[in-house]
Amino acid sequence: MQKFNTLKSIPAYLPIVNIDTDMIIPKQFLKTIKRTGLGKNLFFEMRYDDKGKEINDFILNQNPFNNSKILIAGKNFGCGSSREHAPWALLDFGITCVISSSFADIFYSNCFKNGILPIILDEEKIKELSEYANRKEEISIDLNEEKIMYGNSKINFKIDSFKKKCLLEGLDDIALSLNKSDKIQNFEKDLKDKKPWIFND
Amino acid sequence: MPNTLYDKIWNDHLVDQQNDGTALLFVDRHLVHEVTSPQAFEGLRNSKRKVRHPKLTLAVADHNVPTTDRSKGISDQESKIQVDTLESNCKEFGIKLFGMNDKRQGIVHIIGPEQGFTQPGTVIVCGDSHTATHGAFGSLAFGIGTSEVEHVLATQTLVQKKAKNFRINVNGKLPLGVTSKDVILQIIGKIGTAGGTGCVIEYAGGLIRSLSVEQRMTICNMTIEGGARAGLIAPDEKIFEYLKDKPMSPKGKDWDKALEYWKSLKTDDGAKFDKEINLEANEILPMITWGTSPQDVITIDEKIPNPQNEMDEDKKNSLERSLNYMGLKPNMSAKDIKIDKVFIGSCTNGRIEDLREAAKILKDKKIASHVHAMVVPGSGLVKEQAEQEGLDKIFVNSGFEWREPGCSMCLAMNADKLKPEERCASTSNRNFEGRQGRGGRTHLVSPGMAAAAAISGNLDDVRKYQN
Repeated sequence: MQKFNTLKSIPAYLPIVNIDTDMIIPKQFLKTIKRTGLGKNLFFEMRYDDKGKEINDFILNQNPFNNSKILIAGKNFGCGSSREHAPWALLDFGITCVISSSFADIFYSNCFKNGILPIILDEEKIKELSEYANRKEEISIDLNEEKIMYGNSKINFKIDSFKKKCLLEGLDDIALSLNKSDKIQNFEKDLKDKKPWIFND
Repeated sequence: MPNTLYDKIWNDHLVDQQNDGTALLFVDRHLVHEVTSPQAFEGLRNSKRKVRHPKLTLAVADHNVPTTDRSKGISDQESKIQVDTLESNCKEFGIKLFGMNDKRQGIVHIIGPEQGFTQPGTVIVCGDSHTATHGAFGSLAFGIGTSEVEHVLATQTLVQKKAKNFRINVNGKLPLGVTSKDVILQIIGKIGTAGGTGCVIEYAGGLIRSLSVEQRMTICNMTIEGGARAGLIAPDEKIFEYLKDKPMSPKGKDWDKALEYWKSLKTDDGAKFDKEINLEANEILPMITWGTSPQDVITIDEKIPNPQNEMDEDKKNSLERSLNYMGLKPNMSAKDIKIDKVFIGSCTNGRIEDLREAAKILKDKKIASHVHAMVVPGSGLVKEQAEQEGLDKIFVNSGFEWREPGCSMCLAMNADKLKPEERCASTSNRNFEGRQGRGGRTHLVSPGMAAAAAISGNLDDVRKYQN
C-alpha cells in the first residue's frame, strides 16, 4: 500500500450530502476483476452526459479541480454498498484525501486499506475550507502532525493511532495479522473444544 | 457486569486486542460472491497465501447472473468473466460454490440461512453491505470491503474496533397490511441514513419477538441503510426450529451442544446501551420512499414534501435535487404517482413469505396494462417452493414475469434495469440515483405494496386489496 505522509493540493468541493458509493462508482464498472483503471469512471453519472461527453458544470471536470488530490464533500460520504471500487476509483483519479463531517463505516475503513486518508471535521470548518476550494487556493495536510494548513491558519484533526501508523508506514494488514498466527491457532484450538460445530467437519 | 448480545459475541471472538482497542476478531462464516472477491483472490495468489479455512467459506454467483433462460450461459462478456473467475478461484482455493445452474444458487444472504450456514452467535462477514441480514439469527454479521475479504480468506480473522451499542425497541402489534419492511423504513426515516453510524443495532421488544424468522431478516437487512454495519436480534425458539435439519446445521450431539449455547445469547438485564429508541408498532402505516435516500419516507396517505418548508439550506437543496431527479412535484399525493415497473425480489424481500404476501394480493387480479412487472425469487429453493405452492401461476396469471433467482434489478448489474425516467415500485433496499439503472426512479415498498401498485398502476394502499 502507498504510504500517506503529507499532501498539498487545491481541494475540490462537492457540496452534496449522502454521496453514496453508487454515485462514486456505478454498478456497470463493478464487473472488473482488477483494482485499477476506475478513475475515468469516478462519479460517472454526474460527470458525463448520455453521450459520454464531460459535463462542464461538474467540479471534477473543471481545471484545476481535475487535478485535485483532496475532495471536500457533504456529510455521510460513502454510504450504501461496501464496494471497495469506490476508494479504488478515487485513488485512480488521484484523490488520496477526502474531508467530510461524517463517513459511512464501511467506506471509511476501506479508505485505510488503500492509502486514502478520510478526515472528519465539523461543518463549520468544512465551510471554511471550502472557501479555499472556491478561490482555487492550495491547502496542505500533515498526517503525522494531524494538521491541515491553509493560508495562515491550521486545523487539527483526530485519527485512530493504529490506522495512522498503518497509513504512515504503508503497512500490509494481512502480514501484521499473520504475525499473530500463534494466537489465531490457540483460538482455533479452543474453539474446536468449545464449539465443535463451527468447523463443519 | 451485564453485557449486551453484541458485547457477548464480540468478547467470544477476540483473538487479540491491542492497548488502543484495535482487535483481531475470529470469523466463523465467510460468504463470497463474484463482484467483490476477484481482487481478493488475486491478492492471495500474488503473495502466495492460502485460504486458511475453506470449509468456513461458501461462495455463490448472484449479482451478475441472468434471470431469464440460463441454458445458453451469460451473454454479457464482462459478467461472464466475473462469474467464471469466481468458479476458477473456488476450484483453486478449495471453496464450496453453488454454481449458476445449481438449484441451491441464489442471493448470498438468502442461501446462507437456507443452508444453515448462518448460525446464532457466530461472526459472519461478506463483501456485501447487506450481510447485516444474518443478524436476524443472533449473529454479528456485517459487510466488508475487498481488502478485508482477502484478509479473512488468509487469516480467518478481521481487524476491528468495537462499535457502540444501540437498541431499538418496537412494541405493540402491526395493523393489517403493515409488514416488517414498513417497520424498517419507518426506523430509517426516524434515525436517518447516518443514525446508526458507528453502532451495532439490537432490535428488541414484543413486536420483534412476534415476527417470523424471514420478517426479522428484512429488518436486519436494511440496518445498513440506517448507517449501522450490523443489526441483530436475540435468537429464540423460532430460530432454532428454522435451523433444525438444515443441510449445514449442527447434527446429533453437536446440535444439542450448539442449542445450549444459542439459548444463552441474549442481552443481560441492566446492560448499558449508548443509544436507545422506542417505536410503537400500532402507529406504523404502509410506507413508501419518495426520494433518493432510504430516509426519504412517507406513509401512503401522505404528500410529497415541499422544499419551501425547509429552513436548513443544505436540506432544502438536497430535497430539491431529489425531487428533480425523481420527477415529482411538492405536495402531490403519494397515490398520484404513476409507475412503469414493479420489481419483487432482492435480499430484502425475495423469500417465500414475501412472495406469498404479494401473491395473496394478486390472486385473481390483473396488473395495470401499462405496467411491466417481474418477480425474481431469492434462490432456486425459494423458486421451487413457490412453484410447489402454485404462486408462480398466480403471478403469471396476473401479468407478472416469473424469473430465475439472483440480485437482478435491485442493483441492475445484469440485464434487468430501468430506462431513464422509468419509475419502479420495488421491494429492494436502495433508492439511490441510478441504482436500478441510469436515470431510473425507485420507490421502496413492501411486497404487498408492490403488488398493489402493479394492480393500480400507481403507488397505492395495499389495505385496499386486503381480503
